[in-house]
Order: sequence, then structure tokens, then C-alpha cells
Amino acid sequence: MFFLKLVFRNALRARLRSALTVLGLVIALVAFGLLQTVVRAWNAGPESASGARLVARNAISLVFSLPIFYRDKIRSIDGVKSVAVSNWFGGIWRDERSFFAQFAVDAPAYFGLYPEFRFAASEWQDYLRDRRGAAVGRQLADLYGFAIGDRVPIRGTIYPGNWEFTVRAIYEGRDDTTITRQFYFHYDYLNEFLKQRFPRGADRVGVFLIEVDDPGRAAEVARTVDAEFANSLAETLTETEKAFQLSFVAMIETIIQVISGVSFIVILIILAVAANTMAMTARERLSEYATMKALGFGPGFVARLILAESLVICSIGAALAIALTAPIARGFFESVGKQVFARFDVAPETYGYQALAAIAVSVLAALVPMVRTANVRIVDGLRHVG
Amino acid sequence: MRLVLRLPLHYIARNLWVRRLTTVLTAGGMALVVFVFAAVLMLDAGLKATLVATGSDSNVLFIRKGAETEIQSGVARDQAALIESLPQVARGADGAALASREVVVLNSLPKAGTGKRTNVPIRGVTARGLQLRPQVRLLSGRFFRPGANEIIVGAQVARQFAGVEIGQALSFAQRSWTIVGVFDAGRTAFDSELWGDAEQLMQAFRRTSPSSVIARLTAPDSFDVLTAAVAAEPRLQVEVKREKKFYEDQSRALSNFISVLGITLSVIFSLGAIIGAAITMYAAVATRTAEIGTLRALGFQRRAVLIAFLLESLLLAFAGGIAGLFAASFLQAITISTTNFQSFSELAFSFALTPHIVLNSLVFALVMGLIGGVLPALKASRMKIVDSLRAA
Amino acid sequence: MDDRSATASRVASATPADALVKIRNVSKSYTRGEQQVPVLTDINLDIDRGDFVALMGPSGSGKSTLLNLIAGIDKPDGGTLWVAGEDITQLSESELAGWRAATVGFIFQFYNLMPVLTAFENVELPLLLAGLSRRERRNRAELVLDLVGLADRMEHKPNELSGGQQQRVAIARAVVTDPLLLIADEPTGDLDRVSAADILSLLDRLNGELKKTIVVVTHDPRAAAAAHHLIYLDKGQLTDTNPHQH
Repeated sequence: MFFLKLVFRNALRARLRSALTVLGLVIALVAFGLLQTVVRAWNAGPESASGARLVARNAISLVFSLPIFYRDKIRSIDGVKSVAVSNWFGGIWRDERSFFAQFAVDAPAYFGLYPEFRFAASEWQDYLRDRRGAAVGRQLADLYGFAIGDRVPIRGTIYPGNWEFTVRAIYEGRDDTTITRQFYFHYDYLNEFLKQRFPRGADRVGVFLIEVDDPGRAAEVARTVDAEFANSLAETLTETEKAFQLSFVAMIETIIQVISGVSFIVILIILAVAANTMAMTARERLSEYATMKALGFGPGFVARLILAESLVICSIGAALAIALTAPIARGFFESVGKQVFARFDVAPETYGYQALAAIAVSVLAALVPMVRTANVRIVDGLRHVG
Repeated sequence: MRLVLRLPLHYIARNLWVRRLTTVLTAGGMALVVFVFAAVLMLDAGLKATLVATGSDSNVLFIRKGAETEIQSGVARDQAALIESLPQVARGADGAALASREVVVLNSLPKAGTGKRTNVPIRGVTARGLQLRPQVRLLSGRFFRPGANEIIVGAQVARQFAGVEIGQALSFAQRSWTIVGVFDAGRTAFDSELWGDAEQLMQAFRRTSPSSVIARLTAPDSFDVLTAAVAAEPRLQVEVKREKKFYEDQSRALSNFISVLGITLSVIFSLGAIIGAAITMYAAVATRTAEIGTLRALGFQRRAVLIAFLLESLLLAFAGGIAGLFAASFLQAITISTTNFQSFSELAFSFALTPHIVLNSLVFALVMGLIGGVLPALKASRMKIVDSLRAA
Repeated sequence: MDDRSATASRVASATPADALVKIRNVSKSYTRGEQQVPVLTDINLDIDRGDFVALMGPSGSGKSTLLNLIAGIDKPDGGTLWVAGEDITQLSESELAGWRAATVGFIFQFYNLMPVLTAFENVELPLLLAGLSRRERRNRAELVLDLVGLADRMEHKPNELSGGQQQRVAIARAVVTDPLLLIADEPTGDLDRVSAADILSLLDRLNGELKKTIVVVTHDPRAAAAAHHLIYLDKGQLTDTNPHQH
């Protein structure tokens, strides 16, 4: 069609300008996509949490512990299938930057609750047998190069001293969505140490993990557990694993919101650039548009020409940006993101938003030139020297 | 070689005015980038201001060796006594050490508005502790009575959380604690805390030893001597830091996070604005080709043309920078409340605009203008006179 | 030669049956800041079918404005303008657009070709408004390009053609819809002597062989020489005398 021919040739006319505009669009849209992915990745942790597992912690704060004798009481509650314990260790391995999560757990019970972690039979036995043994997740092992038999020295912060563990097992995840970035050692080992050096801190746990028979009864069981320990020295707060993880996400909610907000500012920036390009281009071509109007083409026709040209340029930018977002996200993850995120996938919705943003920008950028050009008097336009 | 501006400034400025829409859009793009850049710097400055102001140069903090925060720390009573006996610790009029044994624990409160619970530090202070922090003053209500289950809330806690009015009670550690006052700690970290009587809190939480000891130095420069004394005493398993430095270190992770994230974003955004400036300046050159030829024919040097176009770009960027800074200055009215990664508790801080930030932001804007405008300006200055006149 | 000025039909004839263009009491002024500047005052003029008329006068005389009114790209403040029996002052903007497409062919001083289209495509452009099939458009465009002698340059873009060639493309574009009226604003203004002569002889052929009615605004005495009738304007009014009578 003639119209398309005109539009495409005009779009490619000022090559440097069009190229720069497309470049700006690509940078802005990729940045937008990356930021959106960061926000999503941060909120994604809780998504993979199980609905059949409950977390019971000290009602006051996670920072406070619970007595271990609660375990038997919890186990005897109707609806509870099994109970395990976990203490956040929070030590420093190489330096503060090389962070990973360390937990002291009661191994057979704990991993019974987490069937998504898969062990090789012999490694499992070795792990259980070694009181200083540690089980390391596959993703964590890959990240820092841990191998079976490695000695891992960790400086305790909550539990002071220089600790040393030996990697006895590397467990795999059931599927792609399983996060395997944890470091598990034996609760008994920690407890022995505490009994000797800090008796007051011994026989305490950070959280109880509770498996329920029937996920539908999870809320009810949680309430029963809390009722059991109400008005005691250490009251409990029991919630589903997902709710528990969501409470962490909520903590830096403000910052995540800021990041999300900032990702939209970048769209505004590119809107300014695109609008400028379209305005300048339309002004320079005013005599051409006036000529067309003189020839008999209506104002709607020239307005549509401008809009179509804007759409073409923005579409090229959007296509390139969408194609580049995944590889760039991958690069970001491999270099920096791995430290913080387990997964960093670009959601299909993100591509949708990028396309939407591109279309919005192209329409808004063309708006003023469209109106001005459609309304220009032919005689004024013809006189105009672009 | 003198850099003489031959072409008058009003020629340059008027060109920007004539193409107003273009000028506004280009400068607007830059303003947005400068806004983000300044906002990040202001946020970091605000964070530092809050934390740095939290400490005093004359105060030092003793925590257990290896602990990073007061919450992780515990200082046994005998060690506390030893600390108080150190000669570098100042003495009060009554001869007793100007030191305060404090306990810090966390409690979770619901935030006003969202109702989501986040951790708030509760600090058990002593009368001495209040003395050591002269910047703290009562905003409303009264101080808690020693021996009573009463607490006072920091100004930021009062603002950010629900259920913390004077007269309301909080329930934790199996006791009910009445809120009797609101205190202002001069926009420091203490504003995000709840304060109560140290003895009462220790009993309620069944702790026999305090978390930390705050002490006043005899003289600000006796810090090094003190550090040496502590290291030399084998019975002391504590670490000593200046109060200011302690709080500064506490925020390092958060501060780094904000800085790195913010600067990365600004740089990426600046690419967009630079491209915008380049497009505008290339168009300006193309439109004024005949003009340039005429100027050259009249006798103006290549350099004059180069400088004129560069200045136009810089002027554009400067306008954008001012606009962005102006918008950013309004951020000072906003308070951010978020969890500090290291202390695991809520911290409220604001945006702080310093002259340093103003300077940096304007320089950033000018650099954008320079990079965006240099190639088009070179193109303008390199044009052959005959070619440009023919294009007329 | 001087008779042409005398026979210019300034006054409305009693039987205007032949006149293609009838201008009655037309006036036009522009607002400049606070003031109303009159550009045309009470113009009465007929232009016959098949005539070749040159509008002449000093700068600011209103000749271009008058041309614009005849071409339907501007509207008078007062008076009426009949073209082929239709009062175009009564047409709305969109009706005028359609009218122009069907009735008028434009030739500008600076050619006003679309730089991104080839000569052929430029000529084809007005035909898109005529609703012709692709084949019909092709046939017509090739025909007129041949007429102006540029059949071998059809695929060239304007920047690959000389000034004279570009103007010939513009003329081809102007006649491709077979309009009643050809309007030319300083058609030779930007051309060298040889090209100008080419263009004028082309216009002459269009008028002579194809019976096109042509109205030009010009400063160029050679263009004036090619025209059959001269109409003079000064300060917005028609004048009797040819200042260069000889």
C-alpha cells in the first residue's frame, strides 16, 4: 500500500535520528524490563512455598527462640503429621559479601518435611553419620564451588566462635522451581556446644516446621498450636510457610516499591525523547504535509502518516528491546544477581508491559505533532522552510 | 590558547527559546534523570545523616566480640562492671561511672495503614543512659518511671505504626506495657525505637545480662587508649566502637545497596537523556546549516561555531539539571521507613539535600549535555562553507 | 503585446458563460499583531477557459494571495469565487480538499516533491485520491511523465534530479489528474535560464495542445511573455497599467 510505503520510507529517512531514537527506546525498555524482573524476583520467593507446611515461631519476634520441649506437645496435636526444628545460624564464611543461609536442623525429621530436596543415598548416610557434617544445596555448591569433603569454616555471630563443617552431601531440587541455596548442619552439634559454653541458650530452637495431614486444615491446626502455648513464657505464632516468607518480603517493601516506581520514570524519559523526535521531524516536513493537503489529502491523512511513522519507530525499538531483555537479564543474574536471587526469569507479562509502553509512547509522542500538522493552514505550511 | 566565546550568548539562548517545545522536551528528559540521580544521593545522605547523628563523639559502645548488632550481643554482668571501672570512662558528679547498661530486643508492631508487622527495637535504658543522650527530649506525655511497666515511643514509631498512642498498651513478654510518652531524638535512629526501664525489660525477657554498655569518654581522643586497654584485658571479651561509627557501620549494607542500585539506574537513564540531547543538537545543526555557512563566511572561526553549539547543549542540560533538582528538593518532605538488613529492625529516614549533592547533580547534568552535544557540535564546526551555503 | 493588459477581463462580463473563474468583490486581510493589514481589496476578475494568465506586481501586491484563493487553499474574507460554476467560498474545508484534488493542479517555486518518493511515485500521488486502480494509475503517470520528457528518469528520487527536471516532475504531477486549472507560483523562480525556458515551453504546450487553463504568479518577464494575458496588482488592487509598457 502506498500509505505504508510512504510511512516506512519516511521513518528510515533521517537514519541517524531514527537510529538514535530506536537506541534510546531499546535502552529504556530493557531497563524497564530489568527493573520489573527484579521486583518480580523479589516477590517470587514465597510463591514456591508449600501450603502443607506451617512455621511456628516466637510470637514476639523471630529473634527470640522457643524451648525444644514444645516439639512433643506439637506432635501430639490432632492434624499434625510431623515436626522438625531449625535454627538460623547467620554466620560469616569468607566475607560479608559471600552470604548464604545456614541452618542447624534435626536432619532426618527436617528433610522428611522437605521431599523436594533429593539426596544420593550414600551422601545422605555420610551426612547423618558426621556430627560436623553439612548438606549443601546444588545451586549454592555451584555458586561458591563447594564439593564433597570440603572443610567450610564459618565465623559465628549469633553463636560466637569459629566453627568448621565438612560438606558431606550436595542435594538436588525436585524441579526447576526448587531453591537449593541452603546450608544445613546438625542441630545436635550446635546444642552440644551451647550446653557447654552457654547453657542458658541450649535446648532452644528458632522455629518449628510442622507438616499437617490435610492442607485444608492448615489454618485450624495453626490456631490450635498457638492456643496450646498461649499465656506461657514463650508464646508461639504459627502461620503457613508462604505467609512466613511473605512477611520477609514485606520488610523491604518500601524499597521494592521505589524500584517499581523508578522503572516507570524511565518510560517518561524515553517519552520525552520520542516526543521530541516526532515534533522536530513533523516541523521540518511541514511544507511536505502542506503540499499534500493542497493536493487534496485531508488533515486526517497527514495525521495518520505521523502516527504510523511513530508506531513504526517505536515498534522497531520494542522488538529489539524484547529480544534483548532475556539475554541481558541472564547476564545480570550471572554476574551480580546470583548473590541475591535464586531465580531471575523474565515473565511473559513483562514483555507485555514493554510492548504496551512502546505503544503508549508512540501514540503520546505523535499526539502534538499530529494535531498541529492536521490543523496547519496550507498557506502557512507551504511558506515554512523546514 | 584562550577560549574566547565570539558568538554572543543571546544568539545561543535565543535559539533555544525559538524552538521551545524541543527545548522543553530535551531538558525535561534530562531533568528526570537528574531527579533520579539526586534522589538517590539524597536518600543515602538522609540515611547517613540519621545514623551519624545518632551517635555522639564522646560516647562509646561496648558489645560482645563478634556481634554486629546490639541485638545479637550480650555483655555479662562481670564484664560490665569491669568496663565501668576503666579509667577512660568518665565519672559523674557522684563518682559513679557515666555508663549505661542497656538491653535491646525486638518486637513486631503493625504498620499504620498496611497493618503489616515489622520489627521495632525496644531499648531498656537507665537514667544514666538518658544523660548520655542529651539530644533526646520529650515531645508529649512523660518519661517512664523506673520500676514501672511503662514505655515511651520514638517520634518515627508514633508516625509509622498503629496502636502506639499515649495511653494504649503493648503486650509482650507476658506483661502489659503502657505507653506514657513520645520522644524526639533529633531525627536519629533512636526515633525508630521504643524505650523503657532497663531493669524491668531485662526481667521481663528473662535476661541476666545487658546487650551493651554505653559509656562517656573522659575526653574524645582517649578512644585509642581505651581500645588498647580493652585489648590488653584478657577478661574482657568485648569490642568497643565510637557510638557514631557503630551506627554508621550498622547501615553500611543498606547504604551500599541504595548507592549501587541508584547510581546504576542513573547511569542507565542518563544514556536515554544523552541520546535525546544528541538528537536535538543534530537537528539544530541540520536546520541551521545555512546559518552556519553564513557565520563562517562572515569570518567566525570553526572553534567559535563548535563552542556555540556546545554551549547550547550545556545550557539545555543545565536547565534540565535545575528543574530536576527543584523537583527533587520536594522529596525532603517524605520519610522512608524500611527494614535495615543488618539490625533486622525498622529504620526511618528522610531525603537530605546538601550543597554537595546540588553540585554533583549539576555536574552530572552538564556531563550529559557535553557527551550528547559534542558530536553534533563537531559536525557543525567541520562543515565546509560552500556546502552549507548551497544547502540553503 | 501591450494589448494583453488592456484585454484582461478585470470587470465582470455580462455573460460570464465562458469564464472558468469568476472573482467577485473579493477581499482578504491578515492580522499582524494588533492591526488588520488589507492584502486584497474588492477584486473583480474573470479568467476564461483555456486562458494563460500571469498575475504580476511588486512584492506585497497580493498576487500570491489571490492565487491561493483561486486555488482553494485559502478563503477570502469577503466576496465570492466561482470556478466552473461552483462557488468555492461556500465549500467546507474537507469539501475543498476533494475539490482541489479533482480541479486544481499545483506547481510551486521549490517544486515541493516528496523526497522519499521516486519521480513516478510523486506523480502517482494525486491519483490515489481519484480512486483509480493500480494499472490505471500506472498508465496515467507514465503518460504524463512521457509528456514532460522524463520517462527515462521515472525511478529517480528528487535529489537525483536537476532543478529543471524536478519542476517537470512537478508539472507532470499537476496534470496527471487532468485538472481544469493549473496554478503555478513562481514556477521559474529557482531555475537557470535554460531550464526556465524549458518549463515555459512546456506550460505553453499544455495550454496550447491540451487546452489547460493556467494561472501563474511571476516576476519573470519571460514567464510574462509566455502568458496570453497579464493582470497587474498593486497594493491589493487590480491596476490598469503595465509599469513596463514598451
